[in-house]
Amino acid sequence: MADLKVNIGGLELKNPVMTASGCSGFGTELTDFFDVSGLGAILLKGLTLKNRDGNKYPRMAETPSGMLNAVGLQNKGVDYFISKIYPEIKHLDCALIANVNGSTIEEYVELTRIINELEHIAAIELNISCPNVKEGGMAFGVSCPHAGAVTREVRKACSKPLIVKLSPNVTDITDIARVVESEGADAVSLINTLLGMAIDAEKRIPLLSTVTGGLSGPAIKPVALRMVWQVSKVVKIPVIGLGGIMNATDAIEFFLAGASAVQVGTALFKDPLIPLHIVDGIDNYLERHHFGSINQIIGGLQM
Amino acid sequence: MSKKAVTELTVLENLPCGRNQSMLVLQGEHDLLPVKPGQFVNVEIPDNKEVFLRRPFSVFRVDEERRLLTLLVKDLGKGSHSLMQVGTGRKLNIIYPLGNGFTFPVTGDRPLAVGGGSGVAPLLFLASLAASAGIKMDVLLGARSAADHIPVNTVAEDIRCFFTTEDGSLGASGLVTDHQVMKQLDSYNRIYTCGPLPMMKAVAALAKTKSVTCEVSLENLMACGFGVCLCCIEPTVEGNQCVCTQGPVFNVNDLLWQI
Repeated sequence: MADLKVNIGGLELKNPVMTASGCSGFGTELTDFFDVSGLGAILLKGLTLKNRDGNKYPRMAETPSGMLNAVGLQNKGVDYFISKIYPEIKHLDCALIANVNGSTIEEYVELTRIINELEHIAAIELNISCPNVKEGGMAFGVSCPHAGAVTREVRKACSKPLIVKLSPNVTDITDIARVVESEGADAVSLINTLLGMAIDAEKRIPLLSTVTGGLSGPAIKPVALRMVWQVSKVVKIPVIGLGGIMNATDAIEFFLAGASAVQVGTALFKDPLIPLHIVDGIDNYLERHHFGSINQIIGGLQM
Repeated sequence: MSKKAVTELTVLENLPCGRNQSMLVLQGEHDLLPVKPGQFVNVEIPDNKEVFLRRPFSVFRVDEERRLLTLLVKDLGKGSHSLMQVGTGRKLNIIYPLGNGFTFPVTGDRPLAVGGGSGVAPLLFLASLAASAGIKMDVLLGARSAADHIPVNTVAEDIRCFFTTEDGSLGASGLVTDHQVMKQLDSYNRIYTCGPLPMMKAVAALAKTKSVTCEVSLENLMACGFGVCLCCIEPTVEGNQCVCTQGPVFNVNDLLWQI
């Protein structure tokens, strides 16, 4: 077995395959199927300070090679998380990473401060790229001054490794990546969903209650790969790649493009076992190509 | 063993079963996980690149001894259409068992099931298990026309089944809510309904006027089927709940339906 260990901005992972936030609940939904100790990390469902009901139904639409969602960060708030969910998951043999959201910088900071106290949360992912909320969310992720300011303030409240999740809905994602790196991010994860839309022509109505939503799945993989490649060339911090990864070959492509780890998102909806298959497939690839460690292929694209 | 599984079942039969509907009999290589009436399976659709996500189907029958799991597939779109073309011997990847299932009736109950469309599958499964447990359940099924109903001989003999058709070609003429049975709701203490939303709402409204407990099984659009995508939500007295994990069966009093 090849060495699959990676270090993401101080966070040691047994392997580089994580589940993406919003696609694996709080981990217990996965333990119904398998032992999560085989995963590198679980990115927990996005949290906010207070309860959020999310957007109205319908929230999803199938699209060619993917889907749109407009969930809108439905969660019961951090107090509920700490009292009801955290006790159930804290002993899982898998790194847990909290995904932190807010409408204002103050909310992001306060939530980070609370989560930072939780011993079994290994790292924090700062979500400045959710396209499905009216306030905050992606608004922070599409402007360099805002992305920089929220990262700077959250950094002060966060002693754990800090990952900033970037939006692809920008003119130049490398500008945002550089700013959050300079404000103290330990890593960046990209990409969040691409803003999209679907229409029912017969009924002449939008398919999502919010009209627009976030596109994910294999349809966005080429865009994600391109952005990972661009960002990894301009930042020194590790890049976590995600966007349409369905199998080990997809994951390898992200490593070659410069990702130090990957997240599996929409693929989980098709099959929750896919992350485990990807871990095995990465190991198999490394052996076939005579690499002893995953670190030998990161950024290994031959030009 | 984990509570849910991603597994492959082999298509033993895929037979026409009423207009635009087929009965898909799947066989497991190993013992099946226990499945309750009202629970569903999420099926990966083969041979159609246009279909990205799985499609959920309520279970129609389970034969534990022969490791058989049977679904009724109604042609409602790209996914179900592809599934109706699948040949015998083909392996289908399914995730199961999903959802909560109906509250099983107890001895002394006088249950009634009212269904239409693809909703007949879980109701007939429930009625059949109830009959095995010595509980007589009446079943009322509605459709547009006789050809849209599942063949009458598909319904087990120990189930008392009434039919309605809008054109009068089978059973009573009209909608299920026009049927005599619905005018005698006092004689039941438990109603189960599954089918088109307007039908379920009409049935639930009648049940409410007679203060009869009513469970409805919802079919909201879903991506995952096991509670992680949060797409299939239904507003309830407890806030938005996932139809796939906290349903698909709900007591109608827990829903925010204006009925």
